[in-house]
Amino acid sequence: MIEITDLHKSYITGNTSLHVLKGIDFSVKEGELVSIMGSSGSGKSTLLNILGMLDEADSGTYTLDNTPIKNLNEKIAAQYRNKFLGFIFQSFNLISYKNAIDNVALPLYYQKVGRKERDEKAMHYLEKVGLADWADHLPNQLSGGQKQRVAIARALASDPKVLLADEPTGALDTKTSYEVMDLIQGINEEGRTILVVTHEPDIAEMTKRIVNLKDGRIIDDRVVNQIKAKAHV
Amino acid sequence: MFNIERWQEIFDTINKNKLRTFLTSLSVASGILILVILLGFSSGIENGVRTQFEQDATNRISVSARVTTKGYKGLNPGRRLQMTNKDYENLNEKYKEQIEYKTSLYRSWGGQVNYKEKQGSYRIEGVFADQQWIENATLSQGRYISQSDIEESRKVGVIGYQMKEDLFPNTNPIGKTILLNNNINFIVVGVYTDPGGSREESRLFIPITTAQKVFNAGENIDRIAYTVKMSDNFDEAVALSAAMSESIDQDLRTKFSVAPDDRVAIRVDDTLEEAQKIYGLIDTIRAVFWFIGIGTIIAGVVGVGNIMLIVVKERTKEIGIRKALGALPSEIIWMVLQESIFITAIAGFVGLFIGVGILELVGPSIEMDFIKNPTVDFTTSITTVIILVVSGALAGFIPARRAANIKPIEALRDE
Repeated sequence: MIEITDLHKSYITGNTSLHVLKGIDFSVKEGELVSIMGSSGSGKSTLLNILGMLDEADSGTYTLDNTPIKNLNEKIAAQYRNKFLGFIFQSFNLISYKNAIDNVALPLYYQKVGRKERDEKAMHYLEKVGLADWADHLPNQLSGGQKQRVAIARALASDPKVLLADEPTGALDTKTSYEVMDLIQGINEEGRTILVVTHEPDIAEMTKRIVNLKDGRIIDDRVVNQIKAKAHV
Repeated sequence: MFNIERWQEIFDTINKNKLRTFLTSLSVASGILILVILLGFSSGIENGVRTQFEQDATNRISVSARVTTKGYKGLNPGRRLQMTNKDYENLNEKYKEQIEYKTSLYRSWGGQVNYKEKQGSYRIEGVFADQQWIENATLSQGRYISQSDIEESRKVGVIGYQMKEDLFPNTNPIGKTILLNNNINFIVVGVYTDPGGSREESRLFIPITTAQKVFNAGENIDRIAYTVKMSDNFDEAVALSAAMSESIDQDLRTKFSVAPDDRVAIRVDDTLEEAQKIYGLIDTIRAVFWFIGIGTIIAGVVGVGNIMLIVVKERTKEIGIRKALGALPSEIIWMVLQESIFITAIAGFVGLFIGVGILELVGPSIEMDFIKNPTVDFTTSITTVIILVVSGALAGFIPARRAANIKPIEALRDE
């Protein structure tokens, strides 16, 4: 599903150049649930941004679902993001003046799906994350865990190939974190490919494979025995 | 373009910043208001001036000879010039191709007119029948001076509406006998009205031949007036009329030996040329008003542009989210543009309606000499509406570009 070879990325600030990714080779097969770990500054967020086409690598190749991702202009990047990817953010990033169902429906709006179908699909995904009764609530009327579940429903709404989650439990307490991970595991079991960036070992243990980054290089890539989040809820 | 969701978003953001949106709208609304009022008044000025011109035919040439102010060819200044029937006939003959209506005129400034015990002082003017058309007079009763009146030097008169009001408040004046200067009886044959109002309607017209007799004027005339034949092209007509005036001027100067630069002795007034100048002036006034109005609107539009920049800044994160979810740059641009156009259009319409309302309310009561019934016509309204939409788009353009250039990765960076 994802193929990355020899990926490099530097940030230039003033006169100093910061080499963040120093040659990453990495691949993810369909249906995998992978966590990317590393301390801050290890380059894990940069990697995720490149995977999410929010940023572009300086060199190296990136293939997503057999589509080479290169020379993106704004328009194509937007179309690819909409078609291939679903994002889950640490700070949820819901639109504050839209209620839950409208937030979930937003990617569909940009896919030019008609309003009726959009609402039906959005409702379906809200049910899936267990928030059907909260469809009319604004984000500030929801708890942190509920917000993240709305965000997950939104990420799923466009039926993406890959879900990219950037510290999805970073702003949540342990119990809620596990609930969210349970949901992510459930989605993965339906066959969806998911990448989770985290720095929390217990969250990483709930994925099927852990990739460790340090100073812009992969230092460790191992398959783990997945711990079911349900057991801890 | 029409899409409920986007409209909802616009209302949502406007709702979040009611006061700010209101204040910005106010500047746009007042800009349009000022533009509309100014345009209304420029049309009012046009109406007023047009009315002034309509007192007499606009294609009139008026010729008079007075007293010389400059010596010429050995002749002293202060010489009194007197035109006669002969001059009139010569000019008629020479310019018969160009002349539409013609009359010569002999006038007595203060003539006392009595009807029974009522009396008043009026201008008495001896004229030809064509005077009716040259003065733009309309008959409200009876008939005008006729050719046979002139041929037979009949003692008949056409009185102005003001005279009728003064002398015949409750009577039909037609056929009644009025007494001129306490010694000559005239029969009233008609009553006229004139767009020039009561001053122009305080005159008594009698046949020129009669006037020359009763005032012992012999062949003398005071003034000659023509209207020139109009061609379809206004500029061409103005040129012809100007050429004819110039030529008449030359003829009379030669005949009376008047210095070429003595503008007092011989006067040939070309109304058409004057009209063209005044209309040119009105065009200038209108251009200035547009300039001021547009300037005011620009101030408003800059305000809207400013507010949209702030809105975009505030919504940076939201726009980042939208782009991460797959919004195309063009969709972001439209979102901002539409909001900007919406605010300017609504505010502008409010200004437009208030402006038109004020003009409708106050306009008809404004009746000064050179301003009459200021209104904005349909074309002007449509033009201002187009200006609004265009300026809204302009105001939104830079903020929209900025919004479209927001990088999702930067927008989403956790603060």
